[in-house]
Formats: sequence, C-alpha cells, structure tokens
Amino acid sequence: MGTRHGSAYLRNYLLDQAFDEMFEPDGEVRPHYRVLFEIFRSLPEEELMRLKHSADMSFLTQGITFTVYGNEAGTERIFPYDMLPRIITGAEWRHIERGLIQRITALNLFLEDVYNEGRILRDGIIPGEIVYSCPQFRREMRGLRVPRNVYIAVTGTDLLRLNDGSFVVLEDNLRVPSGVSYMLTSRRVMKRAFPQTFRSYGVRPIEHYPQVLLSALRSLAPEGRPEPTIVLLTPGIYNSAYFEHTYLARQMGIELVEGRDLVVHDNVVYMRTTAGLRRVDVIYRRVDGDFVDPLAFRADSILGVAGLFNAYRAGNVTFANALGTGVADDKALYAYVPAIIRYYLKEDEILPNVETFLMTDRTQRQHVLQNLDKLVVKAVSESGGYGMLIGPHSTEEQRVEFRNRIEANPRNYIAQPTLEFSRSPCLMGGKDPSIEPRHVDLRPYILYGDKVTVVPGGLTRVALRKGSLVVNSSQGGGSKDTWVLHD
Amino acid sequence: MLSRVADSLYWMSRYLERAEHTVRLLDVNFSMTLDPSSTSEEERWKRVLAALGRPAGLEWNGDFYSLVHALAFDKENPASITACISAARENARQVREEINSEQWQQLNRMYHRVTEGTPEKGHWLDEFSTATLNDLHLFQGATDTSMTHGEGWQFIQIGRSIERATSIAALVDVFEWDAAPENISEGAGSQQFLEWIGLLRCCTAFESYCNVYTADLVQPQILQFLLLNKEFPHSVRYSIDQLRCALLALQEGSGRLVAEELSRVAGRLQASLTFCDISEVMNQGVGSYVRNVSQQCREIHSLIYRDYIKYKVQVALSL
Repeated sequence: MGTRHGSAYLRNYLLDQAFDEMFEPDGEVRPHYRVLFEIFRSLPEEELMRLKHSADMSFLTQGITFTVYGNEAGTERIFPYDMLPRIITGAEWRHIERGLIQRITALNLFLEDVYNEGRILRDGIIPGEIVYSCPQFRREMRGLRVPRNVYIAVTGTDLLRLNDGSFVVLEDNLRVPSGVSYMLTSRRVMKRAFPQTFRSYGVRPIEHYPQVLLSALRSLAPEGRPEPTIVLLTPGIYNSAYFEHTYLARQMGIELVEGRDLVVHDNVVYMRTTAGLRRVDVIYRRVDGDFVDPLAFRADSILGVAGLFNAYRAGNVTFANALGTGVADDKALYAYVPAIIRYYLKEDEILPNVETFLMTDRTQRQHVLQNLDKLVVKAVSESGGYGMLIGPHSTEEQRVEFRNRIEANPRNYIAQPTLEFSRSPCLMGGKDPSIEPRHVDLRPYILYGDKVTVVPGGLTRVALRKGSLVVNSSQGGGSKDTWVLHD
Repeated sequence: MLSRVADSLYWMSRYLERAEHTVRLLDVNFSMTLDPSSTSEEERWKRVLAALGRPAGLEWNGDFYSLVHALAFDKENPASITACISAARENARQVREEINSEQWQQLNRMYHRVTEGTPEKGHWLDEFSTATLNDLHLFQGATDTSMTHGEGWQFIQIGRSIERATSIAALVDVFEWDAAPENISEGAGSQQFLEWIGLLRCCTAFESYCNVYTADLVQPQILQFLLLNKEFPHSVRYSIDQLRCALLALQEGSGRLVAEELSRVAGRLQASLTFCDISEVMNQGVGSYVRNVSQQCREIHSLIYRDYIKYKVQVALSL
C-alpha cells in the first residue's frame, strides 16, 4: 500500500475482505475520499502531530472527558479522538435516514401498543412472554397516555457496515442514549483544525441538533402548558456522561437539574430556585428510568424524586424518553423488529437486522451452544460492551462460563454471528505516526417530537485497539467526526 | 436560578478566594524568613496557621518544608491551595452550564496545572505562587468580562466578599496590636517594620497603603487601611460594601423573597464599618472588633442559606 500511494503513513495499511471506508478493494481511493486523502498525504508528520496534540488539548481544557467505571474512583479521561473524518455520501445517507425514520416510527407504535391494547401480542406476532419477561417492561406504564403518543423522543441507533457495503442495525438505544455531545464537539474541533478541507467538501451541518432537540421536547409538553419549562435531569457529576448533560443543557438554554433540585407537591413538579419554587413541565431524563422515583421504582435510589411518577401519571409532567421504553430495545425483542415494522407500517424493513439467535428457542440454542467459538453472545439487558462473549477471541474457560449462564437463564442471552464490519483509516500516534484501518460503527441520533428528524451525521465510534471489534468508550474505543455530504 | 447552582457558585468563589489568600500568606511569610526577624520561625508559622483558621490535622513540627508542602500541594489536606482549587473546580463542574467556556477552561487549566505533580523542593514556591496568582486573576478577569452580571455573578461576588472579609479579619486578629509601639516609623528597617510590611503584603496592600499614607507604617493607619478603607479592594469595609451591593441586587432580581432579616444584618455590618472611627476600634480592642465582624459574616452566610438555598418547601409554597 505504502509505495503504491507514495505515502509513508500507509506502510502498515491492511486491506482484506472487510469493507474499507476509504479504499476500494483494489487499493484505489474511493471518489468521495480523494480530496481528504490528498490533504493528509501532503501534510508533514510534525504538522499532523501538532494538530492532533492541539485537538487533544482542546478536549482536555474544555473538560470533554468521560469517567471510567471500575477504575480508580472518578478517573477522567479524554475521549480518544481520531483526526480522519468518516465520510458518508448523500445517497448512502438518504437510505440510512429513511430506514431509521421507518424503524423508530414502528418501534414507537409498538411501545404505544404494548402499554395499551397489546394488539401485536393478541395477533400472535410477538410471543407475550418475550415482552412480559423483559426486565425493562414497566407494568406501571400500562394505560398511561403520553403526549402525542411519543415514547422515544431521542434514540441513538447503532449501525454497522458489512463487507458488501450495506448498513445493518446492531441495536437501538431507546432508553437514555448518549454520545451526541462528542458528535457536536468533534465537529467543532475538526472545523478548527482543517478549515480548508472542510470548506472544499460540502459537509451537511449538524450544529442545529440542540435546537431540534429543544423543539421536540417542547412539543411534548403536557396540555395547557403553552410556555413549558424544560429541564435536563442528570444523575450528577459522577455519571460518565455528565459532560454531555451540561453541554446539552447549555446549548439548549435549559436548567440542568439533579433529583435533589426537584420537589413534588400535589402531583406537580417544582424545582428549587433562589426565587422560590418553579413549576417543571418536561423532563429530558438522563437518569435511568428505574432511578427516577424511589417510591415507584428502586427504593434505594437517591438520584430520583419521591412522587415524580405520580406526577407523570397525572399528566402534569412529561418524561423524554418515557419510562419502560427499554422493552423495545431488549436484545431478544430486537429479533422481532422486522416483524414489528411489517405489522404496523405494512412495509419491509429498509435497514436490515443482524441475524439473531434466540436462546429461548431450543433448536437455535443447540446451534449456538455448539458454535460458541464462532458467535457473539450478548446479555439482553447489558449495554456498553459489558456482559459479552466474542467467540473467536474467547478462551475455553469463558465459553464454559457462558454455556452455563445460557443454560441457567436462556431468556437473558442472544447470539449473533461474529460480524465482519467496516474499517476506517485512523491516525496512529507514537514515535512513527502511521495511518491504519480500524473497525468503526455509526450511531446517528433520531429525534421524535411533532415529527421524526435525523440530524445528518452521528457518532462514528472506533475500536482503536488493533483488530478489536469493541467500539465502546469504556473499552478502549474512540470517535471520529462523521461527514455527510451534500450531493 | 437553581438553589443548588447558587450554592455551587458561592462555594466555587469562596474556595478560589481562599486559595488566593493562602498563596499570599505562604509566599510572603516564606520570603520573610529570609531576613533576620524578631519573630521566630515557630512563632511565624504558628501565626500563619492561626490566620488560616487552624486547619485540622496541621501542626507546626519544626519543618518548614513539610508545612508548606501540606498547605500548598497536599491534596488530602482540605486547607491546601491544591485542595481549594480542586474544590472550586468540583463546584464549577456541577454548574458547568452556568459558567461560560472561558471561565471553565481557565479554571480547568489551573486545576490541571496544580494537580499534575508536586514541584521539587527549593525552587518551587515562587514559581508556583506566581503562576497560581496569575491563573486566579485570569479567572477573575474572565468572570468579570464575559459572564452575565446576573444572579450567578452576584453569588460569586457574595462568596468572594464573605471569604475575603473573614480572612482579612482573621489575619488582623493574629497580630498583637495593643502591645506594639504606636509609631515605628523611626525604626524603619527594624524588624517590626518588616512585620507590618509583611502583613500589608499578605493583603496586597503595601503599595496601595504607601499611595495613601506614604511608607510611614503607623498602626492606626494600617488598621484603618485594612479594616475601614472605602476604596481598597482587600479591605474589610470594601468587601462588605460589595457584599451588600450583591445582596441588594439579588433581592431585587428574585422579587418574591423579601429576606428582611438578611438585609438588616448586612446593612448593620456595613454601617458599623462605614461610620466607625479607628480609635474606637483600638479602644474596644482590635481582636474583639474583628472577631465580631467575622461573627456577623457567619450570620449573613446562614441567612443566605435560609432564604435562598435551603428554604423549607412549605414556606415557599405559602408565599
């Protein structure tokens, strides 16, 4: 590779059957990457490293950090950031956008249905036990009407690109998806570091995300509250996404509140201000649903507010997202999403699922247990890359452990084939900087207020460790800016 | 503004002011140990500890380095400069959306600088103090020029004024006022003279004092300047004037709350500093006067909490 393009950076570049975002299989640069490629190739090493260093510093002084759990208490790290943007063409994006809108619309209809009439269960499309045995199903939500019937105001859906270049959905994050602040701040850093490149590309803007989110939240206010007070509820500074909470609150110009700032009186929610109590109408909830009200859910929660759920039931306050949305991103239910789309929209799914084996099904379970070394096993209720077995990279010991766990609680696990997903060039620092391919996914953010909107872009997460397939920030992942092009 | 946010801004500001005061005390007293002095090293550092309110777990053990280390760099010791700056940043982090990026970045930079490691013995203090004071001033500048002078800013003013007034009062309190000869200007260069310079320097007051009174260091004038001067930003009176202004602005802005008692107590303190004569203070006893000022500051602090931050929900609902 290196000699072919006359660039020392590319000496370690590997092209195999995995889809490469920048290069064609024959090593030719894809047309939409050509300008970028030329610019990077012509940058002297020192200049490149200087830009990288100044980007890192700007993340650090801005406090754009995340907290690593299970490490020394409250270790702050900057989110590793790669300088080479990931580029998506206008045509690719239109396909993704249509697919996401379709999927979110259907999942929202599903939530409305399972928490009310339950037609889809009665019609036998989805077995009732999948829904009712889901730990995220909230009986308390039965029969509760939410404004505009919108349950999922904010979604971050994870997509992968397979070897043939097509996008598939890996999972829907319908509870409290995070990461959007990295999408927004990466863009700002990129614009500062590479103004010319940026100008020559015609990248679609994403900076309006906070305004779109705000108007979505506003449109979900309880009836009769024309000038709603909207707040962002955070667990506080020790949460790994705290930076994001402050960032979004500031960008939207709304109060960032913690549970201790709120009080409920006569089923009305107030926040404590220096000028007395002020009524709250919409809560953009970044606290896990189980923790919002110690009276209704987990009694040991100190993040929540006593009586909040009653105020919600009384229709005096809106949660975004609603509670109990986790039932629709359960990893076992995921297998039924194509059926859900067909049932409610009478359409075929635009973005396909990854093939998924349900452990509750005897034959599928047998197949999985015999092929543990080839498959990926996931706990249905875990996220963030925790509770996973990646077959080809596992030890015999781990496989035995997972076999026992699956047999003890089949409902709690699903399996998927180990996916070959796309790689994108990344700048590897160190003494001898080089550009090497790393696996990437894509998390676009979908907002649902009076209509469904997808901001053109998303968070591209990178598995920075060589050969790694795990992109989660808690597990050595990083991010890069995502450019969606005008055509 | 959320009560919790006001609380954090208030403490952020107090911690920064405390850090600044501690930097000066250490810096000035360290340089004073370089000259021969009537004050023994032990006396001097005990006095510094007393002026800082006798931080728990800190004693003079004869080793100057270990004491300065504890007061400057020890993260575990809550009175240290590093701990104060960390606490200020922690408070700022909780209200990240209320302060602007210039302020946050400046504070964050300072935090990363002071926590990145203890400098080597010997040539550290001067560099550390200069850099820290610069950083603190930059933060102050960013606060005044780029933050809206609204409620949040007022709480920052309140925090700083209360902290400053009480720490100057505590510093004045540790000196022996009544025993010292009244006029020591004839002994210029003498050791007592150096002590007074030191005291003024700890309050960044030496140059300003000279502008008003020339370099004649006379006890009543020093006291007058540090306690009752109307224009000097580190005098107790100036701080209380600022405090009063901020409290009035707050009351006006928040409308609903009346805060009558708070207004009365702060007004009374301001009046006593405005209309007081320094000879009265000296007759009454400097120590008891400044302790009384501190006591009133504590009372104001409690009333701010009662009215704006930790009020009872029942009270708020009935208004």
